[in-house]
Amino acid sequence: MPWTRKHLLTIEELSVAEIGQVHATAAAFKAILKRSVKKVPVLRGKTIVNLFLEPSTRTRMAFEMAAKRLSADVVAFDAASSSTQKGESLRDTAQNIQALNADMIVIRHSAAGSPLYLSKILDIPVINAGDGSHEHPTQGLLDTFTMIEHLGSLRGRKVVILGDILFSRVARSNIHALVKLGAAVTLVGPATLVPHGFTALGAEVSHDLKSALADADVVMLLRIQHERQSHAHFPSVGEYTGMFGLNRTRAAWLNPGAIIMHPGPINRGVEIDSDLADGTRSVILEQVANGIAVRMAVLYLCAGHQPEHVISSTR
Amino acid sequence: MPALWITGARIIDPAAGRDSVGDLFIRDGRMAASLPAAERRRARRIAGRGLVACPGLVDIHVHFREPGQTNKETIATGTRAAAAGGFTTVVCMPNTSPPADNAGTIQFIRDAVRRDAVVKVHPTGCITVGRQGQALAPIGSLKRAGVVAITDDGDCVQSNELMRRAVEYAKMFDLPVMDHCQDMSMTQGAVMNEGVVSTRLGLRGWPNAAEDLIVARNVILSTHTGAHIHLQHISSRHSVGILREAKGRGVKITAEATPHHIALTDAALASYDTNFKMNPPLRTEEDRRAIIAGLRDGTLDCIATDHAPHTGDDKDREFDHAANGITGLETALAVCLGALVREGRFKLPLLVDLMTRRPARILGLDAGTLADGSPADICLFDPGEKWRYDAKAGQSKSANSPWHGQTLTGRAKLTIVDGRVIFADGRIASG
Repeated sequence: MPWTRKHLLTIEELSVAEIGQVHATAAAFKAILKRSVKKVPVLRGKTIVNLFLEPSTRTRMAFEMAAKRLSADVVAFDAASSSTQKGESLRDTAQNIQALNADMIVIRHSAAGSPLYLSKILDIPVINAGDGSHEHPTQGLLDTFTMIEHLGSLRGRKVVILGDILFSRVARSNIHALVKLGAAVTLVGPATLVPHGFTALGAEVSHDLKSALADADVVMLLRIQHERQSHAHFPSVGEYTGMFGLNRTRAAWLNPGAIIMHPGPINRGVEIDSDLADGTRSVILEQVANGIAVRMAVLYLCAGHQPEHVISSTR
Repeated sequence: MPALWITGARIIDPAAGRDSVGDLFIRDGRMAASLPAAERRRARRIAGRGLVACPGLVDIHVHFREPGQTNKETIATGTRAAAAGGFTTVVCMPNTSPPADNAGTIQFIRDAVRRDAVVKVHPTGCITVGRQGQALAPIGSLKRAGVVAITDDGDCVQSNELMRRAVEYAKMFDLPVMDHCQDMSMTQGAVMNEGVVSTRLGLRGWPNAAEDLIVARNVILSTHTGAHIHLQHISSRHSVGILREAKGRGVKITAEATPHHIALTDAALASYDTNFKMNPPLRTEEDRRAIIAGLRDGTLDCIATDHAPHTGDDKDREFDHAANGITGLETALAVCLGALVREGRFKLPLLVDLMTRRPARILGLDAGTLADGSPADICLFDPGEKWRYDAKAGQSKSANSPWHGQTLTGRAKLTIVDGRVIFADGRIASG
């Protein structure tokens, strides 16, 4: 089945086959990244604009590096010094970028649904690099890619996502990807940040850390997002850590062979203790590395290429 | 002004319990039992066959944006939209710019109405100065200037003490207090109903409880003071339950529901279409059914549109940043015919009652009846006409409607205000 998608807006709309195509293409690019010459000429002459209207370090760098590995030119749109500060609408900003002959746009925005909105306005591919509390599809793709590398098929595997689920686009994208791939997803955290409405997405909701971590194959920690919360969501960081922070004792409840993940940035000593973040079960830095290959795959596919081409060219 | 003679229409006049085919006579701007033979010969005849003739529709909740936001709507365009929708009496909200919190601004609005309106417009004034919820507006002066109610619509008086004093004070003038029921502390940054759909879309949710709390507060304050509080655009099923209980023990409280809360749910937000964004937000199917049940059994007193025009630019934005509100005057009748009469099996006279006599009664307006001697405000509509609604071609200055481009069934054909035909055959009558 050929890849036909022009935009990557959500994981919710992807089929299992499409997730598999991104993963397969990412695996091929990952092999290329291990060579001494890490660059392929597949997007030579193309211009990708990184429209990041919300602060981001790793996602923005990963997209930039992915584009450069594909030989595309990358232009960064800096929100702080840009026309949006002068009151320009998102429509006008985007249309100006298209008028400058950009070939693709990667958008990070604090408002959910903004990538979909852009995709309706523009003729060029739109890649969602995180929209509010909605989705962060490349993160979900790279996280499941990393899990599959370690565990093989995710069918029947137990994945725990622990932390601030309510405001997390990473959680939403991972829930959609994992449910599609057949994993059993349990969301854990304080009731104020893990509301029961999430069961509608196919996940279980628990507020009991011990039973949730028992037999888990993956625990994914999410950062407590101070910036999105009111003071009503939990009493204090200290209480959060006391109730839900991952430490050595609690990590012992996991399955042997279980992996520990975190999309970053980490608050050491808050949601996870340093010795676990840096320990042998942690795949946190692998996630970062895989982020390049997965984003290369997404840019490559949405630019109109087919997965088998890169796979055959790297054999 | 020639007499009018409407022949052979299905006349629905809930005030008189009438639903029968017959003729209507209008003389000197008022309803008449018959016309003298000489006048009958000269009268303008209007063929009513196949049409329903009812009192002109009454909408006690519209935003005409004048003064201050006349790029969205004006009293001229808003009243033309009303006429095109079959409305002959509307009540406009005071969240203008500046807010209508003093007699001078009310006078400005009344002057504009006298000059520009094609239907009857009654202004409301603010409860608090600047709609800030801090200090009472000069409610007595507002009453003297001609307001029919006070409200901080769009905002909700958060202080229970201030609200208590407002309703006590307004009761002295027999002035109803209309409240937009929203606990602001529970809805910070909220842009849609809190539920499964908001969870999926990653949008901040506005829980039913934030409405229910204020509805309960108002029931308690009305009980305590005996003042008449009118609850605007009820959207939550639990609020309907609270009201049913309160009305059962005679609390002096009334409430309205909008066509959009009757016809739509938050499932419509799946594509982040900002023409489905309003406050209070669209809720669930359970809520929608509870609103309809409340209208059926009288828990909810009337239908009101919350006609809220916004420019294309106000709506053509990220969902979080788009303006709240939709237009409603030109679609209300068709939408309610669909959701309540065809789908909800309401008898047509009940719908007419909810859109004429009952809203008029809430605010004591001289409207909503075809009784002899009453003002000849009439709506003639075809309940079966199918038409494609093009919001951009409508009378309102704005086109922010979730029904744009859809085929609707039921349409106002002719609107009469004080015996004058102001709208006919899809056009506003000139002169």
